[in-house]
Amino acid sequence: MVSILDIIGPVMVGPSSSHTAGACRLGLLARNLVGGTPQKAHVELHGSFARTGEGHGTDKAIVGGFLGFRPDDDRLRTALEIAAGEGLAYTFSKTKLGEENEVHPNTVRITVERDGNTSVMLGSSLGAGRILVSEIDGYPVEVHANHDTIVLVAEDIRGSIARITTLLAEDGVNIATIRVSRRQRGGDAFMVIEVDEPPGDVVRDHIKELPWVRWAVTLDRLTS
Amino acid sequence: MYSSLAAAIQDAESRGLRLSAVALEAESRDNGRSVADIRQVLGRALAVMRQAVARGSAGDLRSASGLVGGDAAKLREGPAGPLSGTPFREVLMRALAVQEVNAAMGVIVAAPTAGGAGVLPAVLTGLADAQGLDDERLIDALATAGLIGAIIAERASLSGAEGGCQAETGAAAGMAAGAAVEMLGGTPSQCGHAVALAQQGTLGLVCDPLGGLVELPCVFRNATGSAIALAAIEMALAGIEFAIPADEVIDTMGQIGREMDVRYRETAGGGLAATPTGRRLARERLYQLKKH
Repeated sequence: MVSILDIIGPVMVGPSSSHTAGACRLGLLARNLVGGTPQKAHVELHGSFARTGEGHGTDKAIVGGFLGFRPDDDRLRTALEIAAGEGLAYTFSKTKLGEENEVHPNTVRITVERDGNTSVMLGSSLGAGRILVSEIDGYPVEVHANHDTIVLVAEDIRGSIARITTLLAEDGVNIATIRVSRRQRGGDAFMVIEVDEPPGDVVRDHIKELPWVRWAVTLDRLTS
Repeated sequence: MYSSLAAAIQDAESRGLRLSAVALEAESRDNGRSVADIRQVLGRALAVMRQAVARGSAGDLRSASGLVGGDAAKLREGPAGPLSGTPFREVLMRALAVQEVNAAMGVIVAAPTAGGAGVLPAVLTGLADAQGLDDERLIDALATAGLIGAIIAERASLSGAEGGCQAETGAAAGMAAGAAVEMLGGTPSQCGHAVALAQQGTLGLVCDPLGGLVELPCVFRNATGSAIALAAIEMALAGIEFAIPADEVIDTMGQIGREMDVRYRETAGGGLAATPTGRRLARERLYQLKKH
């Protein structure tokens, strides 16, 4: 479902909503995955991102996202220079992530590393600044960042979903959507929960500390 | 949100409302935000649009490559043409102004995209200022434009990489035409005809930027896209009806986009980008960019 405010927006630094603003949002989400500015990042550009990214400032926008700059931040223009001062070492390469009709033309695979944690994300810029993250650390997901989103990996045990949803409800957080996937029965379960209000620090920490939760991250809502 | 313009028009007309009213109602219902809150966000977008028009018309901006900039000022101060002193020339000037700001990595509102960001501010503020309409009317118009854009996003595409320029400046022309017809007192049905009339005129339009930069022909496509929107507005308000419904024209745009060769979808592999001059300029300018 598309929102009017997605169409009349975002307010952004030019020149391209898919190659600049959307790319910046993908960088911001990757930053979220490791909880701050990564020390190392590798960016693999596919399709139109690879062919015309340079002219659109896609590199500046993604690195700006790593640094926590939003799409309307003037500093995107000079993000590559700022990255050096922030201790962020980045590399870019061009790649083919699949056939033209299978993979969205503006797709990127981002590997980020911070304090020994590494995360890999596959995401696409759909146009008009809208994005879709389709894979995190090998798990298929569907994150649009139109909601605050909780992503977690848990042991596949009975009652895990009920426990999480109860914790959120007790914190007054309403769930918009929830998706659960797993690689195999008894393997890790991957949950993507879109919520209407940002969950508080207490409930975030509580979820992370559950003994059967291996990894959890909260991705910020990225709309105007 | 509505998935067809026909449903929105029917809903509005059966209840004696304007399209902007049902659009704001649907947006509020979908996202749990008050109409006042949504209008406030649209008001901020309008302010950024006006700033971009003002910034770009000064004439001192150049894009990173130097390929575009300063042409809005020529329409403002340059030699007169047959349309000098009319809203038509003012709208063209504003479209170039916003797009020159965008190409210079300035702040704009991507509505629906950055590459097509000149059309809505040019057509809407240009016509509103010519008629002395206030910002509340413009905010309503932005809501209607957003509704039309949401339907295009759902049924077709708003990405040049997916659907060519018909999905960017073409979609923007459709959004601006429908929104302006409401702003100028047209009925919801007339808005629908305006969308169809504008979009039929941009079907098949390719996305062929030199060197992949959102500069050339993008800046000028915003001006010509605005001109198509003005034509559609004039025809729809005169009572002209387009026989193919807007939803089907939008679906056709999506279909053409899916069948469009990848060279014509923002890859700089075809069209003007692949002309001898286009290739030469891209080579020279991108080389210059890398030296910085």
